[in-house]
Amino acid sequence: MAAHLSYGRVNLNVLREAVRRELREFLDKCAGSKAIVWDEYLTGPFGLIAQYSLLKEHEVEKMFTLKGSRLPPADVKNIIFFVRPRLELMDIIAENVLSEDRRSPARDFHILFVPRRSLLCEQRLKDQGVLGSFIHREEYSLDLIPFDGDLLSMESESAFKECYLENDQTSLYHAAKGLMTLQALYGTIPQIFGKGECARQVANMMIRMKREFTGSQNSIFPVFDTLLLLDRNVDLLTPLATQLTYEGLIDEIYGIQNSYVKLPPEKFAPKKQGESGKDLPTEAKKLQLNSAEELYAEIRDKNFNAVGSVLSKKAKIISAAFEERHNAKTVGEIKQFVSQLPHMQAARGSLANHTSIAELIKDITTSEDFFDKLTVEQEFMSGIDTDKVNNYIEDCIAQKHPLIKILRLVCLQSVCNSGLKQKVLDYYKREILQTYGYEHMLTLNNLEQAGLLRPQMGGRNNYPTIRKTLRLWMDDVNEQNPNDISYVYSGYAPLSVRLAQLLARPGWRSIEEVLKMLPGPHFEERQQLPAGLQKKRQQGENRVTLVFFLGGVTYAEIAALRFLSQMEDGGTEYVIATTKLMNGTSWIESLMEKPF
Amino acid sequence: MDCYTADWNPLGEAAFYRKFELYSMDWDLKEPLRDCLVAAAPYGGPIALLRNPWKKEKSPSIRPLLQIYSSSGVALASLLWKSGPVVLLGWSAEEELLCVQEDGSVLVYGLHGDFRRHFSMGNEVLQNRVLDARVFHTEFGSGIAILTGAHRFTLSANVGDLKLRRMPEVPGLQALPSCWTVLFQDRVTLVLLAIGPDLFLLDNTACSGVVPPGLTPGVGGFLQMAVSFNYRYLALFTDTGHIWMGLASLKEKLYEFNCNIRAPPKQIAWCNRPKGKQKAVVVAWERRLLVAGNAPESIQYKQLTIEVLLDRLVLRRLYPLAIQICEYLRLPEVQGVSRILAHWACYKVQQKDVSDEDVARAINQKLGDTPGVSYSDIAARAYGCGRTELAIKLLEYEPRSGEQVPLLLKMKRSKLALSKAIESGDTDLVFTVVLHLKNELNRGDFFMTLRNQPVALSLYRQFCKHQELETLKDLYNQDDNHQELGNFHIRASYAAEERIEGRVAALQTAADEYYKAKNEFAAKATEEQMRLLRLQRRLEDELGGHFLDLSLHDTVTSLLLGGNNKRAEQLARDFRIPDKRFWWLKLTALADREDWEELEKFSKSKKSPIGYLPFVEVCMKRHNKFEAKKFAARVSPEQKVKAFLLIGDVAQAADVAIEHRNEAELSLVLSHCTGASDGATADKIQRARALAQRK
Repeated sequence: MAAHLSYGRVNLNVLREAVRRELREFLDKCAGSKAIVWDEYLTGPFGLIAQYSLLKEHEVEKMFTLKGSRLPPADVKNIIFFVRPRLELMDIIAENVLSEDRRSPARDFHILFVPRRSLLCEQRLKDQGVLGSFIHREEYSLDLIPFDGDLLSMESESAFKECYLENDQTSLYHAAKGLMTLQALYGTIPQIFGKGECARQVANMMIRMKREFTGSQNSIFPVFDTLLLLDRNVDLLTPLATQLTYEGLIDEIYGIQNSYVKLPPEKFAPKKQGESGKDLPTEAKKLQLNSAEELYAEIRDKNFNAVGSVLSKKAKIISAAFEERHNAKTVGEIKQFVSQLPHMQAARGSLANHTSIAELIKDITTSEDFFDKLTVEQEFMSGIDTDKVNNYIEDCIAQKHPLIKILRLVCLQSVCNSGLKQKVLDYYKREILQTYGYEHMLTLNNLEQAGLLRPQMGGRNNYPTIRKTLRLWMDDVNEQNPNDISYVYSGYAPLSVRLAQLLARPGWRSIEEVLKMLPGPHFEERQQLPAGLQKKRQQGENRVTLVFFLGGVTYAEIAALRFLSQMEDGGTEYVIATTKLMNGTSWIESLMEKPF
Repeated sequence: MDCYTADWNPLGEAAFYRKFELYSMDWDLKEPLRDCLVAAAPYGGPIALLRNPWKKEKSPSIRPLLQIYSSSGVALASLLWKSGPVVLLGWSAEEELLCVQEDGSVLVYGLHGDFRRHFSMGNEVLQNRVLDARVFHTEFGSGIAILTGAHRFTLSANVGDLKLRRMPEVPGLQALPSCWTVLFQDRVTLVLLAIGPDLFLLDNTACSGVVPPGLTPGVGGFLQMAVSFNYRYLALFTDTGHIWMGLASLKEKLYEFNCNIRAPPKQIAWCNRPKGKQKAVVVAWERRLLVAGNAPESIQYKQLTIEVLLDRLVLRRLYPLAIQICEYLRLPEVQGVSRILAHWACYKVQQKDVSDEDVARAINQKLGDTPGVSYSDIAARAYGCGRTELAIKLLEYEPRSGEQVPLLLKMKRSKLALSKAIESGDTDLVFTVVLHLKNELNRGDFFMTLRNQPVALSLYRQFCKHQELETLKDLYNQDDNHQELGNFHIRASYAAEERIEGRVAALQTAADEYYKAKNEFAAKATEEQMRLLRLQRRLEDELGGHFLDLSLHDTVTSLLLGGNNKRAEQLARDFRIPDKRFWWLKLTALADREDWEELEKFSKSKKSPIGYLPFVEVCMKRHNKFEAKKFAARVSPEQKVKAFLLIGDVAQAADVAIEHRNEAELSLVLSHCTGASDGATADKIQRARALAQRK
């Protein structure tokens, strides 16, 4: 069912099985029939761990969404609340419990906190007078959720905001816990590198947690050689740029949620003869996107401009395969053909889907406005005219284009100029407030505090130095047969991934100066391994590095790391972990504040 | 050989027994046992005695004596009973003595008579008093069942993790049942009770009548019942003198025996028959003893595991012996030696004649970083003995903050607890300490403490943001954080105020704070917002319609859409809307209104700062090609091709592109030559291209 998790260098199915086991054990603790009351945010991530069938096997008969007043009727013995530890959710639970009908047979209440039990929340339940009503109060340490064979996410959407605006390190603590779980399953990671304040904190917590578990010596042979912790604020630029890989564009345009995407249905209408276009489906087409689908695994990380040729090549291969049936003469040949049919039909369905998606995307990428926007982005990233008010942005504001689009562009300009001149900054801000409303003052303040939109300090622009040293802008990009990670943004090489690349070869010592220009400390820690567990590398065996993006990662960055993994002389394979899979839009959205 | 069987006496037809003294009891009892509450722990554990003066209604001023003996009668403890009347004594599986009082409170003592804790069996029990009680042992631990004066049962299956369960009412139960017991089936605790000739089974939800299979008829009542230690078997003694023995599930009878004695027995218990270890029942009257049984099954339960044995040695303070056993059995450290050492340490901290430093050092020397040792448990014990300083010293050796913090809080070392919590990175722990401090300190001290701990302060700010807005303001005030105060009042202007005057006042405060924060931009923008709000209010009064909370842009658009062009222009001037934006705004609004005449007038009012292509665009958006054409002619040369293409005039576009000799424009036009009539145009372009190449 989750075979795609075991394709990679590190078998992430082990992690999935471990968390599934933990879930089963908890469900069995509450003997008898059950209803689960869900904190709605959790249903998406849980879907990647356990389908309804697993819950059903353990006598879960009903599921509800957590909301105020009385629980819906359910003839079950147990009511289990699956919630994140948040005070406002505790108040709702208390309301549910207190309005329970006393005449009907008593039901047992339980709480499962995800990912961590919280004293603060339990105190709130106690204050509300319902703490004693719960028979089991436990935690389910679902920190890192396996999304794909090389990808883990905590799906904590507010992590960046909490860390950089609110100085709340809860998500870092969870990240450290998640890394401890990972080490318990895959062995101690001998080398830890990091860049950024949050990275430093997570490393500190890990070292501390390891000390707390002195008793249990980890005797698993280490799978990972290196952990690289990267703060999102070390590279604020990358997520702001429009991703140009196939998967990145799907996410930019339609938004991928927990590996699912909802698409406009028109292009997916079944094409049957004699039917006119009257009965078009109205419900969005929902597709799961991961490497379990052969074709998707092949094209997801390509630059979108290289996807079309792959799709047409595939189409030829598939129709040739279907043509084979005319050549099948003997019974044996026909049998052979029939046995391949299901696989061929699946491939054809997959091809049809992606052809439709590619058409949808192409409609947008070939539009004039998309082209104009991309041109401006690329000018900024290559350092052209970043210090004055941009005409295109001005025109977009005047035509009241979506605010997030404006904010992404203005922030991109600010980051590519190490901050804007005060006059330019104030002009943009005033234009935004007058056009979109003064209530966005709070959002602008937030962006400023997060360093995304700020005045230039001391009149110094470090970006050109960083750009040149790290080779962030490549003029001779090859989208079809890339030889550098810059293909994922058609010219711009994501800074974060460049740091990972340079760490592997030749090492960070070569870029000390630039590292100092980027915010936060950079560091290296070593974790001692017992003598028997030290790795003796085979000739030609690649190292495995886990790159953990604290504050979120984009699909284009993931694509760039996968590209590095596949490079023949790369020598390093990457597994990616993050607090949240995101793009510039969802990122800016998480930083916006709407006072009404 | 005779001597081996000489002391065996026949018992019934198939069994023999012998009597010999294992050891003589060391005790010197002053009271006859029948006047005492007695409890003997299972597996030869300790025996507790409490003279029960309450039954005999003697003067309550005489305090009874609670005595604890080992199973061989060695006195372990003796203390005066100072609490209320006791209904029942019982030992838990951990060899803790449970004293159930009439008011439903339960006092817990260690086997050396050390008071451990107390808990209550709940309000219902307190109000109705305890009539009768039982201590029972299951895989969940040791439990207590109470029968209250209201003839209701309350029970807790595990006194270590107290969860009270009030059992359903038994219909018709007005007096004490003639006998009752606790059963344990399928991991559920049940109560079986007898009222006259009827037996009732109580579970969590219901009370149901049950009938023992194969019971000889004519029974008028059950006088005694007993359940075997493993809860598998049940024995019932009836008023007809029969003993019924069967499965406790009441699904099968194993044996029935008529003993011809109708007097109620004093006690009835399950045992192993000496021969063959068969299950049997012992019934005791005042002067007679009877063993009955015919169960074919032979079961031996090894319930006294090695862990339990070690626990018992530890409880008796025989640490070296326990460690030797662990080493001999090669038990893993966590289960074996470290556990014993931890117990030793807990005992060590009770030695009051040794200084804190010496105790702490001695413990750390012996325990070091032994895996599985919890320094916080030892520290908790030290604190329990009133040695707070020692406890703090011991906690320093504890690597887990999660364990340090709760105890530090309990010991009222909250500030130390706060720094430990912050060190751990566990924000939940930090929150817990912060809220604790909030209750413990006065507001000034509380704020000062937070001020020195920025991590805690920001967490508390987040808490206040959602829970206590006023406190948030105070916190910002304390720090002179004018920027955040400004933001605070901005939020308040939306959330707290409905009237315009109130909102404007809140915004004014915000602007003042921004000035203090030297954020001139925010201050000015906020003043601008106040101006706009007042103006929108006036517009609503004068023109009707909805203006409040529209952005400036949308306000101007609304005015234009409503035909109030003069006011719109006035507003644009007042708020210094840049010319370019105003042109975009106005032409979009006029097109939306399809006021083509006004649009044309506007286009001629002066030279457009945004050119004329936007005019073509808005007209085409409204599908008005006629108007669009007028503007297309005025578009600047470099945008002309685009304009002609927009209005679908491929031929003209081609002419312009050819005239410009611009390759990009030429291919753009060519890509638009898709219609049937565009063939000639396409040819023309190709010809021009060819011409250009030839040159």
